[in-house]
Amino acid sequence: MRSDPANFELVAPGNLSAVISLMAKHPGEWTPIAGGTDLMVLYSAGKLTARKLVSLWNLPELRQIQVSDNEVVVGAGCTYTDLREHEVVVREFPLLASAACWTGGIANQNRGTLGGNIVNASPAADSLPALLVYEAEVILVSERGERRVKYVDFHTGYKQTLLALDELIRAVCLPRQFAGYISYSRKVGARNAQAISKVCVAALGRVADDVVADVRIAAGSVAPVPIRLRETEQLVKGKAMNASLVSQVREMARIEIHPIDDIRSTAAYRSAVLGNLVAGFLERLSAQIA
Amino acid sequence: MSIGPAQCEISLTVNGKPRTVRVYPMERLLDVLRHQLELTGAKEGCGEGECGSCSILMDGALVNSCLVPILQAQGANIVTVEGIADASALHRLQQSLLNCGGAQCGICTPGIVMAAYHLLRKNPQPSMDNIKEGLSGNLCRCTGYAQICEAVAEAAAHEAR
Repeated sequence: MRSDPANFELVAPGNLSAVISLMAKHPGEWTPIAGGTDLMVLYSAGKLTARKLVSLWNLPELRQIQVSDNEVVVGAGCTYTDLREHEVVVREFPLLASAACWTGGIANQNRGTLGGNIVNASPAADSLPALLVYEAEVILVSERGERRVKYVDFHTGYKQTLLALDELIRAVCLPRQFAGYISYSRKVGARNAQAISKVCVAALGRVADDVVADVRIAAGSVAPVPIRLRETEQLVKGKAMNASLVSQVREMARIEIHPIDDIRSTAAYRSAVLGNLVAGFLERLSAQIA
Repeated sequence: MSIGPAQCEISLTVNGKPRTVRVYPMERLLDVLRHQLELTGAKEGCGEGECGSCSILMDGALVNSCLVPILQAQGANIVTVEGIADASALHRLQQSLLNCGGAQCGICTPGIVMAAYHLLRKNPQPSMDNIKEGLSGNLCRCTGYAQICEAVAEAAAHEAR
């Protein structure tokens, strides 16, 4: 049944310090809402349990992308459109830009935010494997101050995060250290747009002296949280590519994940497809080895 | 701006005219447009941002109005399908949809028009791939996609002349 708007509070303090001061006064009482592409879906379906919401939409402090020598700092309120249209993000972080392009459709890309995608913590979120391979960090803010944590540590379990009740994500930091890496990303879903992934993969690799010098592989929709495939990476690192290695890697990738059967797919399908995608990435890398 | 929790007044510009509505802050922009402002062009299809039937422009950006709490539209410039043509003539996109057979049952059509309008404003000469991407958030259950895409291409070609 549809929600009755008279049962909900929504406030828009209009600046970040007013939002965090409200959240400090009543920790856990106010649920932040940015572009509404997740929460408004629950609301329309009568399934939104939060009754008091505080709007983060268009807060200027959260809607900036700052580029310095070492890193790109993306405000948590930046939309997918902001990401896919930003010159430095497109050039240096193509895995994030391509994930932004295949999230929802244009209207959802104009409203959905990177911070919202992280906090919503869906294991199938398209942009999160990219953050894992780029070794992103997130800046959390509350009235108590800021802390900077590795994104890889942010999700502590299915839909569980490090955020304290009075905290928000202020920004996502992307280190500018992946020049010369080969990028590979694939989304497998029922259709290109507007479909939640059955499996998604983001990977980076660098070839030197005819071996794989460095490699990072992450996947979504194959475990309770988006994960790095660290054992698979270890198996590849420092090796030259050959058919037997590709088949070992395919097996290792399948062992490392914990997919489930759900409405979108089955564990067996996800496992087979993930193996194929990782093998596809290795073929791309081996094409670089003369 | 600090408003809520009870009913509040929201001022916004809709199709060029300043409007003020008395609403609960979590009312959906779609419902306010349809029920209070009597602009029934935007349709509710899925109510979850999947179908695009409720597409409108908010401050120049295509959005699903079913996913916008009205409080977030305070001060915004809203354009609905009623606002893109004057009373005497169709917008070029509407004419092209007619020419190409791009409107069948019509439920998705206002959203298609707005998505295409948004696309052509950002990219006046789109490729067919650009058109498909620009309309990828809009579902047509009559499945007349080929004619819809042709109509957008025809409108773009007409504007280029």
